[in-house]
Amino acid sequence: MPLSPSDISRIANLARLELSLPESERMLTQLNSFFDIVQQMRAVDTAGIEPLPHPFATIGEVALRLRADVASEPDQRSANQRSAPAVEDGLFLVPKVIE
Amino acid sequence: MSTLTETSPATEARPPVLVRGYEVVIGFETHAQLSTRSKIFSRASTAFGAAPNTQACAVDLALPGTLPVMNRGAVERAIEFGLALGAHIAERSVFARKNYFYPDLPKGYQISQFEIPVVQGGQVGFFLDGARRSVRLVRAHLEEDAGKSLHEDFAGQSGIDLNRAGTPLLEIVTEPDMRSSAEAVAYARELHKIVTWIGICDGNMQEGSFRCDANVSVRKPGAPLGTRREIKNLNSFKFMQQAIDFEVQWQIDQIEDGHAIQQATVLFNPDTGETRAMRTKEDAADYRYFPDPDLPPLVIARSWVEEVRAGMAELPRVMAQRFVADYGLPDYDADTLTQNQSLAAYFEAAAKACGHPKLASNWVMGEVSRRLNAGDMRASAAPVTAAMLARLIQRIADGTISNNAARQVFDALWNTPDQDVDAVIEALGLRQMNDSGALEKIIDEVIAANAKSVDEFRQGKDKAFNALVGMVMKASKGKANPQQAGDMLRRKLAG
Amino acid sequence: MSLSTTELHDLSLTGLLTHLRQREVSATEVASHFLARAQDHEHLGAYLARDPAVTLEQAGAADRRLAAGTPGALEGAPLAHKDIFVTRDFPSTAGSRMLAGYRSPFDATVVQRLAGAGAVTLGKLSCDEFAMGSSNENAAIAPIGQTVPVSVRNPWNTDHIPGGSSGASAAAVAARLMPASTGTDTGGSIRQPASFCGITGIKPTYGRASRYGMVAFASSLDQAGPMARSAEDCALLLSHMCGPDLDRDSTSLDIPAEDFRAQLGQSLDGLRIGVPREFLGDGVAPDVRSAIEAALAEYEKLGARRVEISLPRTELSIPVYYIIAPAEASSNLSRFDGVKFGHRAPEFKDLQDMYRKTRAQGFGDEVKRRIMIGTYVLSHGYYDAYYLQAQKIRRMLSDDFQQAFRSCDVIAGPVAPTVAWKIGEKSDDPLANYLADIFTLPASLAGLPGMSLPAGFGANDLPVGLQLIGNYLQEAQLLNVAHRFQQATDFHTRKPQGF
Repeated sequence: MPLSPSDISRIANLARLELSLPESERMLTQLNSFFDIVQQMRAVDTAGIEPLPHPFATIGEVALRLRADVASEPDQRSANQRSAPAVEDGLFLVPKVIE
Repeated sequence: MSTLTETSPATEARPPVLVRGYEVVIGFETHAQLSTRSKIFSRASTAFGAAPNTQACAVDLALPGTLPVMNRGAVERAIEFGLALGAHIAERSVFARKNYFYPDLPKGYQISQFEIPVVQGGQVGFFLDGARRSVRLVRAHLEEDAGKSLHEDFAGQSGIDLNRAGTPLLEIVTEPDMRSSAEAVAYARELHKIVTWIGICDGNMQEGSFRCDANVSVRKPGAPLGTRREIKNLNSFKFMQQAIDFEVQWQIDQIEDGHAIQQATVLFNPDTGETRAMRTKEDAADYRYFPDPDLPPLVIARSWVEEVRAGMAELPRVMAQRFVADYGLPDYDADTLTQNQSLAAYFEAAAKACGHPKLASNWVMGEVSRRLNAGDMRASAAPVTAAMLARLIQRIADGTISNNAARQVFDALWNTPDQDVDAVIEALGLRQMNDSGALEKIIDEVIAANAKSVDEFRQGKDKAFNALVGMVMKASKGKANPQQAGDMLRRKLAG
Repeated sequence: MSLSTTELHDLSLTGLLTHLRQREVSATEVASHFLARAQDHEHLGAYLARDPAVTLEQAGAADRRLAAGTPGALEGAPLAHKDIFVTRDFPSTAGSRMLAGYRSPFDATVVQRLAGAGAVTLGKLSCDEFAMGSSNENAAIAPIGQTVPVSVRNPWNTDHIPGGSSGASAAAVAARLMPASTGTDTGGSIRQPASFCGITGIKPTYGRASRYGMVAFASSLDQAGPMARSAEDCALLLSHMCGPDLDRDSTSLDIPAEDFRAQLGQSLDGLRIGVPREFLGDGVAPDVRSAIEAALAEYEKLGARRVEISLPRTELSIPVYYIIAPAEASSNLSRFDGVKFGHRAPEFKDLQDMYRKTRAQGFGDEVKRRIMIGTYVLSHGYYDAYYLQAQKIRRMLSDDFQQAFRSCDVIAGPVAPTVAWKIGEKSDDPLANYLADIFTLPASLAGLPGMSLPAGFGANDLPVGLQLIGNYLQEAQLLNVAHRFQQATDFHTRKPQGF
């Protein structure tokens, strides 16, 4: 089931990727040849099979570990913001968010 | 998720409440911030009011290489919630990523629960205009809160504070069971009471600890469900009602004008009293949920659930039922007295101490509550302790003072702390006259001086009797026991 | 090996550590030697970052501990980290413009553990951008010595790729720029470059090594591992890289750290080596096939028994992996939005435009492709048919391995269908790159430990690696199976010309 140009623009929008027209066209071709090899996968009968939540679950139950409710992280704002593109008064600045 | 159902939950039969001929259908989604010390997936503090981004650690900021680790306290609170509402606690639930881009969402996805939430089902019961109501829950799930955007002061830019990012939330979703804004608010109040009672949420709505979204639609009775619009972030009960009322009118206006309702997210503006649709975003609904590969499934052993159950305080509904059964209180009283643990404990202590539960209930619901609200304090901090109230009630019951006098005593006790009930009664000279000789004398004088009223009474006018009692009270400077005076007066008039 | 007759860079890691402990050479001398060597071989394009002051300070601290008689197990060991691991002392780019100049406030757990044992960091090594690639042609950051991004070169034949995504980690070890390095393996990114560069590398069982501090590509597949010139060296390093990280990584297995050298030297008598028939089909180039067959014959001489097995869904591993990995990656890479760290577009109209331009500028073509694939297979209406289906087949693939392990102890076969191809040969054909992963993907999907060891040479005198796959937690056995081969052969000791 091949992708169309509108699929490409919908996905690029969901992924917040700006693609030029040549890029979009190239992407369409590449993705379509990729999805050709995926077709055989779709035909496999997987009735009754549960997806694998963690590879180790093949041989045993893997459950989420829980940690104690302790607030132990110190304030490391300046180290954390060292690589920030735009900061003022400790806040990350972004173009205005319109609700 | 929720299968839209036409049938209402089991409640007392009621006539539909129509607005301009339309039935209103409301469902709620409430986000309650859980009262853990640290965040749901990191060890940063959740304390309110810190300087921006001083409580946003590497995990909260989604720095490259960071990973989530689950907070046991958040899970425990979810279990407590489920138990409080009689819901099913899933033995195995899954965390999923909800993917979308927003500056206050550092990872570009929110860790939430999608197909398999931790709490399933359950219901919230409450009273509306004296009738029992019940709203069914679809589910409650754990997820992380986003940060905050600040829009002032930055010249065309917004400032992002991620302190709140990662605070644990319980998202509580109802079936669309509510049929009026009043019912919706009553539900919200009850839910608020429960989460604060059991201590999983501090309920501070100004600080954003308890945020409600109302899904509102209208339809002609018998018609299929209408398209709903979602009013987001209602953080006061007053605004909740206003917003829903406005939205209902707006939707009806639209329909009557021939316009179809478009699904939308709307915000309520408290200044204008209006709801307005947010800018619609295409693809807003494609969150591409998938199980988070960084978090194995959450397994909750039945033994843990039982452990939590054993450690929980008596729930408000259970306590209310006990008050009805053990103290013979009406449902309304029991419901009001169990609005918070502090008040309920106060009442029960007073009731046990004085042995007059109904009187205790009246006083707690009346004088005590009024002053607590005015002073914005918990019952446990009241200057008139439960023991003192109990003593006061005993003095009414044993005839030492009248009700009116008791109010004065209460006033004095409240305003000047650490006083003794009996001492205040004496100091204010409020001891009722119990000397029947003196009383008889006053009654004789009043009868003699009010022949007209006496005649009217004998002709069957009860009002005349009350006037006579009033005059006896006045002549005794309020110290007569009205009950006693009335009895004696009746006997004398009967001849 | 005596130091007087052997160059420092020709020593194994184990040998070097012995000399260091015996105070025959200092950590500072060692570090300086390798820093100079790095400068001499900049044409390989391996290093993205070095900081001699930092390295020498670490070496000095190592020398102090050696002098005090309190050396760690890896005291003074010079190694470099794939730039997927974040480090406080060096920039961390993951090979991407998106993270050019990024300084992490914390070290990856694996980096911390190795440093804690006394290792000295020489610098950060190039990789395919965000670990996405099989050739190390996709790095978007210029290596030291170059002004523009270039492909890393295979020291055996510098017109050829070293493999990927841990291409530089392999090339650097093969060229003896360091005795060992760290790499990461998601779909074969340690095993394949190890094979192409004639060195030894191992990906442990999923969950053995902490992922905290590894820039995430595909969360359910990523694993850290060592790359060195012998199984013995790998075993030593792996022991220090692995271990529970319960406080920081929820997928980390709560299984105690092990000394993976414990079985080295044990006899292979009676060892059943399973060879999947799907791994030696028509798709394998003749030079690779003959090297593998010769290696298997060698194993039979060592007492092992060859057993034919089947992994019937081998071919399906390609679509399954290339749906699951991009799906997870598309989500993991959403954090790169120009808000908190990393690149932000210099010009934009509004917030959405900022996102779109930032990500268009910050990500290279392969990364964009995988984000697109991943976003698509998770999107509304496609999730069941693609992502969910792939995860179900993944379980079936995993079960196939368990079935196979009933009749064998270890699985063997080629790492890749061919030897390293020429730089540029497949760079316009992403699909061709994906298809070449066919033999490494299955073990990745199942989360099984897998390794590559040199087994010979093929076309253009390029190395051929033998892949070994073990059952869960069987790294010690796996490493011994490799070690015994290395005791009987000398492929792993060969050195490319000019190094």
